[in-house]
Amino acid sequence: MYFLRRLAYMIPLLLVVSAVSFWLVHLAPGGPFDKEHAPASPQIKRNLEAKYHLNEPIWKQYARYVGGLARGDFGPSLKYRDHSVTDIVRQGLPVSMLLGWLAFGFAMGVGLPVGFITAVRRGRWQDHVGSFLAILAVCIPGFVVAPILVLVFTIKWHLLPVALWESPVHAVLPTIALGLYFSGKVARLFREGMLNTMQMEFVTAARAKGLGESTLLFRHAVRLAVLPVVSYAGPMLADLLTGSFVIENIFQIPGLGVFFINSSLNKDYTLTVGLAVLYAALLIVLNLAVDFGYMLLDPRVKYE
Amino acid sequence: MSDQKVESPNTDSSSAMAVASPGARPPASPAQRAWRRFRKNGPALLSSCYIALLLIVIVGWPLALKLTKFAGPGAATWAKSHAPEQLSDGQFQPPNTQHWFGTDEHGRDVLSRVLYGAQISLLVGFVGATVSLVIGVLWGAIAGSAGGRVDSVMMRTVDVLYSLPSIIFVIVLMTTLGEKLKQLPVVKASPALQKDLRLAILFVGLGAISWLTMARIVRGQVLSLRTRPFVDASRALGASPLRILVRHIIPNVFGVVIVYLTLTVPSIVLYESFLSYLGLGVQPPMASWGSLISEGVDQINPIRIYWWMIVFPGGVLVSTLLALNFLGDGLRDAWDVKG
Repeated sequence: MYFLRRLAYMIPLLLVVSAVSFWLVHLAPGGPFDKEHAPASPQIKRNLEAKYHLNEPIWKQYARYVGGLARGDFGPSLKYRDHSVTDIVRQGLPVSMLLGWLAFGFAMGVGLPVGFITAVRRGRWQDHVGSFLAILAVCIPGFVVAPILVLVFTIKWHLLPVALWESPVHAVLPTIALGLYFSGKVARLFREGMLNTMQMEFVTAARAKGLGESTLLFRHAVRLAVLPVVSYAGPMLADLLTGSFVIENIFQIPGLGVFFINSSLNKDYTLTVGLAVLYAALLIVLNLAVDFGYMLLDPRVKYE
Repeated sequence: MSDQKVESPNTDSSSAMAVASPGARPPASPAQRAWRRFRKNGPALLSSCYIALLLIVIVGWPLALKLTKFAGPGAATWAKSHAPEQLSDGQFQPPNTQHWFGTDEHGRDVLSRVLYGAQISLLVGFVGATVSLVIGVLWGAIAGSAGGRVDSVMMRTVDVLYSLPSIIFVIVLMTTLGEKLKQLPVVKASPALQKDLRLAILFVGLGAISWLTMARIVRGQVLSLRTRPFVDASRALGASPLRILVRHIIPNVFGVVIVYLTLTVPSIVLYESFLSYLGLGVQPPMASWGSLISEGVDQINPIRIYWWMIVFPGGVLVSTLLALNFLGDGLRDAWDVKG
């Protein structure tokens, strides 16, 4: 029931997000047809604007846009005029999502063990090394790590392909470059969660009753300690699944990330707003999933 | 939300003993206790030294270039060849004794460019963080102390802004602001202002997307402080709401805010380098770490490697972010703030 209500709450929130982004993109000076290849005569520009209803008052345009949204129509792209926004999303999103899930797997696969070891071996060398690596990963931006990976693994050692998106081998470097930052973040959050959980009274009580250390850690402590990671996973997945401009640009991957930046630079109103709505919807659904995960993991959490 | 007055489990014993034994030093203030904890944090201290050193070099290098002009003809040519915007025929030289970080596609000294870029990157980081501090503290403090409908509207606004992709917000804000400000007669009249306009827009744009978390933290603090006995006592003594806010709430929020601010600086430096990497940040010939890395990435091809154009700017960027993060973490642990 609670989750149904949350889902219903999603609709007004998405309306507000679409309205705000709609208003924001129209606020910027210039229009989508300023940078056409052939210098458009004023008459052509006017006709184009009339065709896409850009000459109407903004509230009317927005009403028309929301009407389209209700029918699942995100409208035509104003820059790539042979394609609808839905087409562009349908082409780019699967690629970005696949890479995003791979990077998510990498972040979890590396971050959780590192976080666990650094917490359990607190203050020893494993902690110092692991914590340093985790904070280092958080500090290296994708546009530094990606070229360095390319320099080392393809130009120097000829192990992996430079770019493109063709076979599983092509996915290795982008996955690492995209997932590294998040793996550091996950490791830090999980370490903190483990340390907090280990100080709780139920852990002491379980230990006093003679519960084995590994059962205690894996069966009982981990369940609570992973909660900060779970709540971070929502925004993290929303970022990962919608693609990254930097990684897709460096490795020439035909994903969606490029459009987030180009659409707002091109004043491609419909594409920008469509992507903003997509991102917000994804974020809301993922946060809902996070709350659901909380309920499963933490018996104290109950939603009314 | 735990407050700095609540002791952490691993508080140092000296302050506890100071309270216990009569005749000893008076009990330490929260700031003194925080400083004692911070002093024991090796990485954080080392990071402070690194940042101090970096600042000295950033200020000293341009000075050295200016001063050596007067130290004889040999020194003058040295200074000239190291000026950050000085083009030369020695393109793509790997690091050598003359150019420690090598040279770029126009034969410019990479070390000089990295150090001049550092000015921009750090300036944007600190000023942007200050902008986010002002917006975030005001927004959070007003929402938290007003409560009720005002609070819920203000925090829903934060929720909506959170669910917008920040890059779209930044691009739109920066282009809009840029065009609007260019129309101002003051700006049109002075070329110097036009040059700095881009920087000012970066400050505002980056500050404007970074205040959301700050607002949430401050609001949470204000809400929890409002119900504290000392605030009740002050109210019972007849203090006005404004006096309570200024005298009691804001000073108590301060520690948390400073800690969060030090963690905002590296994230803004990172975001600026990202924007400059995309070509949306500073414009050439001005450079920042992000635009330098982007120039290096553009030169990647399978035949030749100009690794120094990526490794050196990247290395300085990463090590600075690392130091700022260690510093922020150290301060957070010392103040015992939950992040």
